[in-house]
Amino acid sequence: MVWVNAIVQGILLGGLYALFATGLSLAFGVMRFVNLAHGDMAILAAFMAFSLTNSLDINPLLTLLIVLPGAFIVGFVLQRLVFDRVVGVDPSFQIVATFGVGVIIQNALLEKYTADTRGLNVGRLETATIRLNDTIGIGWMPLITLMCAVAVLASLALFIRHTKLGRAFRATSDDPDAARLMGIDVRRVFAVAMALAITTVALAGVLLGVRGSFGPFSGPENLIFAFEAVVIGGLGSLWGTLAGGVTLGVAQLIGNQIDPQWGQLAGHIVFLAVLVTRPTGMFGKVALR
Amino acid sequence: MTDVKVSRGTVSSRVFAVLAAAAIVIMAFLPSWGEPATQRKMVELFTLLALAQMWNLLAGFGGVVSVGQQAFMGLGAYAMVSLVNVHGKDMYLSVPISAVIVAALAVPMGLVAFRLRGSYFAIGTWVLAEVVSKVIITVKSLGAGDGVSLKVSGYSVSSRQDLTYWLAMGTGVGSVLLAYVILRSRLGLQMQSIRDDEGGARGLGVNVYRVRFQIWVIAAFWTALAAAPYYLQQLRVQPVGTGGAFSVVQWTAPIIFIVVIGGIGTIEGPIIGAVIYYVLRNKFQDHQTVYLISMGAVALAVALWLQGGIWGTIRRWIGIDLFPVRRRVRTASGQAVAQTSTSAPP
Repeated sequence: MVWVNAIVQGILLGGLYALFATGLSLAFGVMRFVNLAHGDMAILAAFMAFSLTNSLDINPLLTLLIVLPGAFIVGFVLQRLVFDRVVGVDPSFQIVATFGVGVIIQNALLEKYTADTRGLNVGRLETATIRLNDTIGIGWMPLITLMCAVAVLASLALFIRHTKLGRAFRATSDDPDAARLMGIDVRRVFAVAMALAITTVALAGVLLGVRGSFGPFSGPENLIFAFEAVVIGGLGSLWGTLAGGVTLGVAQLIGNQIDPQWGQLAGHIVFLAVLVTRPTGMFGKVALR
Repeated sequence: MTDVKVSRGTVSSRVFAVLAAAAIVIMAFLPSWGEPATQRKMVELFTLLALAQMWNLLAGFGGVVSVGQQAFMGLGAYAMVSLVNVHGKDMYLSVPISAVIVAALAVPMGLVAFRLRGSYFAIGTWVLAEVVSKVIITVKSLGAGDGVSLKVSGYSVSSRQDLTYWLAMGTGVGSVLLAYVILRSRLGLQMQSIRDDEGGARGLGVNVYRVRFQIWVIAAFWTALAAAPYYLQQLRVQPVGTGGAFSVVQWTAPIIFIVVIGGIGTIEGPIIGAVIYYVLRNKFQDHQTVYLISMGAVALAVALWLQGGIWGTIRRWIGIDLFPVRRRVRTASGQAVAQTSTSAPP
């Protein structure tokens, strides 16, 4: 029964990883852009929620009403002013630029909040659990997180398939030059894509803060989990991202059940195995590039 | 068809070679004229220089951007500790052996990492480094997560200090020479042709995968070699935290800043970058956080607006190469016909 529990909890944890991975997948899909500060931005959002919770004395989940619009604006402006310059050029400058942003965020957080780890307390909701039997219980917060992930992915899929801007997303993804010739404002597409990417990862960061603890240097670890979820699920597939996140979560918690030291390692091993045997991932349509 | 002459050296490069040789001789005698504290500082500077030069070879010339160089740093350090502590080998003899072990381990790691490309390759190397570090900290005889002290025997303190210094100098200066020799070789020409036009290079028969794989293994070897003097000086290896062998903050972040600020895709860049980074870091010793924020900001700015870095900019103004790796083709009468490309990707 402990194994069934590990799988159930792994699926729930996978929801959080999928949410982390969504933005990474979206930015890569639309503009072949990989943000190495992706995880750090989630942590930044978590710290913002932490400060707002303390200063306004409200439930951390309510701070999302401020944090998410803020993240959208930050993403839009960041893309316009900074990242646009390194889209479509040699990837080394993309890597250096976003790595630099990551180092800035980490150390700025260290300077302001010290190296202590923090958590976000949502009160009764934090421990509320649906008991299935003696060993298996489904926590409300993990369940809400998984539902958030499904809702975010479903709305993104609908947005991309059925709206005018979504069509521009697809066109830009296929061929930015041709899209530009057809009158699509490619820079606006890029900016909206990054804004959405940062909004979803900010949501992930706040939910991570509710679930566990975070410190100024928690970003890279979450970037790595997000990346693994994307690769396991397969590039260019939003639902693959969910499957990838869930696979990673289950692998980690099963590994954890064997030996606590092996939890993360088990996740990494599944990732490496997928990479070696099936580099396009579970649902990927194209080879990685 | 007129006769053409292919040359690489220039007057400025020959003058520089003489000056550099003199500087090397002076540095080699540092133990006899410098303070032990200076010697210790120089070990760290040479370590950073060697690591930066290797990362530059990968990223600036090979187009392979790794964020996982700490894997080779850590593996090198731990291979050395294992040889000395567990297998009772001599401290200095274990250095080349550990570098060979790391180069061998780089092959399977490369086979996995090279399934990814571009930015995804970068994160992939980061994951690999994570995996390696997580595996190492399960080994109890290597101190698990707490780190392990190196068992010193057979050397007096001063002879150890001098040997370590010369070893560091050898890896630091050697990394520059290695990069120079490689870039002037067939492999180097292939690397630069890939960097300038990957499709074109492929079309002319360059095996892109093999070239990149070779640099990957060479860089792993030399990175592990450079890890040795640093940890022979520290006499203690721990996996993460300050001085941690697998720490991104300790190694990979400085390397990237050094190369990008100094000038990616040039041999001179990492030298300039390493000196600047090291001097400023010691100057702002009490403000490490602010220092790292500024370095991150400068690297970001360089990546966005000044992609040649310091040396790329200087070279554009005065047009000299201290390490001529380009080939200039001239007719017999001395008229320039062509030359290979001048800088890192635009």
